[in-house]
Amino acid sequence: MAIRAAAAAVRSIQEGTDARMVRLGRAMVRARLLEDKLGSLYRAGRIVGGVYLGRGQEALSGAGGVALRKGDIFAPLIRDMAGRLAFGEPMEDALRAYLGSRLGPMKGRDGNIHRGDLSRGILPMISHLGAMVSTLAGVLMAKRMKGEKGKVGLTCAGDGATSTGSFHEGLNLAAVERLPLVVVVADNGYAYSTPNERQFACADLVDRARGYGVQGHSVDGTDPWACVEVLQGAVDRARGGEGPQLVVGKLLRLCGHGEHDDGLYVDSKIQRSERGRDCVQVMESEMKKRGSGKEWESWRAEAQAEVEAAVIKVSAEPVPDPFEEDWSATKSGSEAEESGSS
Amino acid sequence: MSVTYLDAIRSAQEKALASDPTVFIYGQDVGKFGGAFKATKNLAQRFPGRVIDSPISEDAMVGMAVGAAMEGMRPIVEMQFADFSTVGLNQMLNHAATTYWRTGRPCPMVLRLPSGGTPGSGPFHSQSMEAIYSHYPGIVVMTPATVEDAYTMLLEAVEMPDPVVFCEHKLLYYHLKSDHLPTSAVPAFRAQVVRAGRDVTCVTYSAMVHEAVAAAKELVEEGYEVEVVDLRTVKPLDTDTILASVARTGRLLAVGESWPWGGASAEVVARVASEGFELLDAPPKRLNAKDTPIPYHPNLWAAHRPTAVRIAAALREVLRY
Repeated sequence: MAIRAAAAAVRSIQEGTDARMVRLGRAMVRARLLEDKLGSLYRAGRIVGGVYLGRGQEALSGAGGVALRKGDIFAPLIRDMAGRLAFGEPMEDALRAYLGSRLGPMKGRDGNIHRGDLSRGILPMISHLGAMVSTLAGVLMAKRMKGEKGKVGLTCAGDGATSTGSFHEGLNLAAVERLPLVVVVADNGYAYSTPNERQFACADLVDRARGYGVQGHSVDGTDPWACVEVLQGAVDRARGGEGPQLVVGKLLRLCGHGEHDDGLYVDSKIQRSERGRDCVQVMESEMKKRGSGKEWESWRAEAQAEVEAAVIKVSAEPVPDPFEEDWSATKSGSEAEESGSS
Repeated sequence: MSVTYLDAIRSAQEKALASDPTVFIYGQDVGKFGGAFKATKNLAQRFPGRVIDSPISEDAMVGMAVGAAMEGMRPIVEMQFADFSTVGLNQMLNHAATTYWRTGRPCPMVLRLPSGGTPGSGPFHSQSMEAIYSHYPGIVVMTPATVEDAYTMLLEAVEMPDPVVFCEHKLLYYHLKSDHLPTSAVPAFRAQVVRAGRDVTCVTYSAMVHEAVAAAKELVEEGYEVEVVDLRTVKPLDTDTILASVARTGRLLAVGESWPWGGASAEVVARVASEGFELLDAPPKRLNAKDTPIPYHPNLWAAHRPTAVRIAAALREVLRY
């Protein structure tokens, strides 16, 4: 049942820069420059808590955002800045979450990558890996019950998340219900510091698709053209009623797990291999080869200006005030709890 | 006509399904089979596509409900036994319970837990889970003790904009009967004095309410009048009703079927000790199950949990201080 799409890379890279590639390229550049800035802000001590970047994973993540439509649901994980931006999350919201702006969707109650905006169709992830698979399945079940047709859900996971019970239970449930769900696994070889061989024993994670009774697709996560083709294909199949799709992209994270981590445990042989290519550089050099270098540079300049403007704007926004916070975790129980006076 | 506690739960779900198109039921064997305890009997036939069999995946069942609730539905998830809800704890405690706080968007869902001990059920089919769920912010925890409350509180739970853990006691399913379904309801977050008395307050909930009332009757012969307070909902906790009762009696025994370390009875004693210390004429006391897994054999089980006899003995200690 697995549909291998490795050849797609070779084929698609010869095609022209279509509208989807423009969307992906811009999202990749915007994500890279925004994350470079987040790294700087972290080192400057301006961000409380961790910073988790998607450096090297922009093509796979961004392609998911590009393949979705307005009205679809996106449940990103921690390295999906490019996917978020491609799907329509404003740069400001990322900065608001990291800098604790009260005007952000999480209002300083949660931060960094644990952000989302249900009104935009972006689910805010919890830290527990695999949890978003069944939750997104629930959103899709609800849409089906409400008679909303033609909506797809796409969620992201890493190689480490595939070892959780949540991932298994969620994907199995979605398969049983034949939901229009796309699960994108960014297999970057390491879960924090743990290499693949300590994480799973199967030859390739995409082989698991057969066991779940879902369609599986492999893709070179360093090739932006291949990522768009495979992700668009998977999203279209899900939308067309073919049930859940498992996409496994092979790539390398070109940074630590978080900015506190130097990532020195990554094998230098993998870093020098094809898997260690920087997808942003791949896209840049390919565009230059095709004579689109100016276009690339203009995206870069635009993105740089956007990042600077967003940082200035969000830095001036108010932070949460504990005296104005209502400290109620339930909507219905707040009055009764107050009378309980604790 | 006679209505059991289980009939009330089934009828409440039937009414919720009939009156609100966003309500649906999800759980193992809940469809055509009607559920392990028959709490959803005939509902799948009457409401096609809305009473749905799930795989044996408690984590994904709760996770699915969280997503459906975010999308505007009001799912009722049936756990086959409360004990198995430990597998779904992450989704309930870290996802359902944090959604309103983190996003401002309510997460209306009900997790039905067939709870509590019955003879022969043993360590993994007898647990009372209210302490764990109550510890986490963001969840309402209901523990109905009567046929009337099983019906009206479940309907209120479904309408609530928050995740509700509905602890229904299996021992009450078939034996507890009422003449008819109630037509009015005490508000869900209000505790209730189910037996008035002047000498000592016994605060409890769920099946232990009936043991406490039996103990109170036993003590009448000894000249004591025991006031029994049924918490009904353990979170939020109706401290006002508890303190008002202790103000009348000056003495407190808090009883729970669950384990002694922490939990609802500990919270009751802590609140009365810190907020009503001057009301007390004797040290407040707690009575819970023994601190071991729940035994299989009826001889051991009967000694493990609080019973009317043990509650009466504990009440005498408080009264004779």
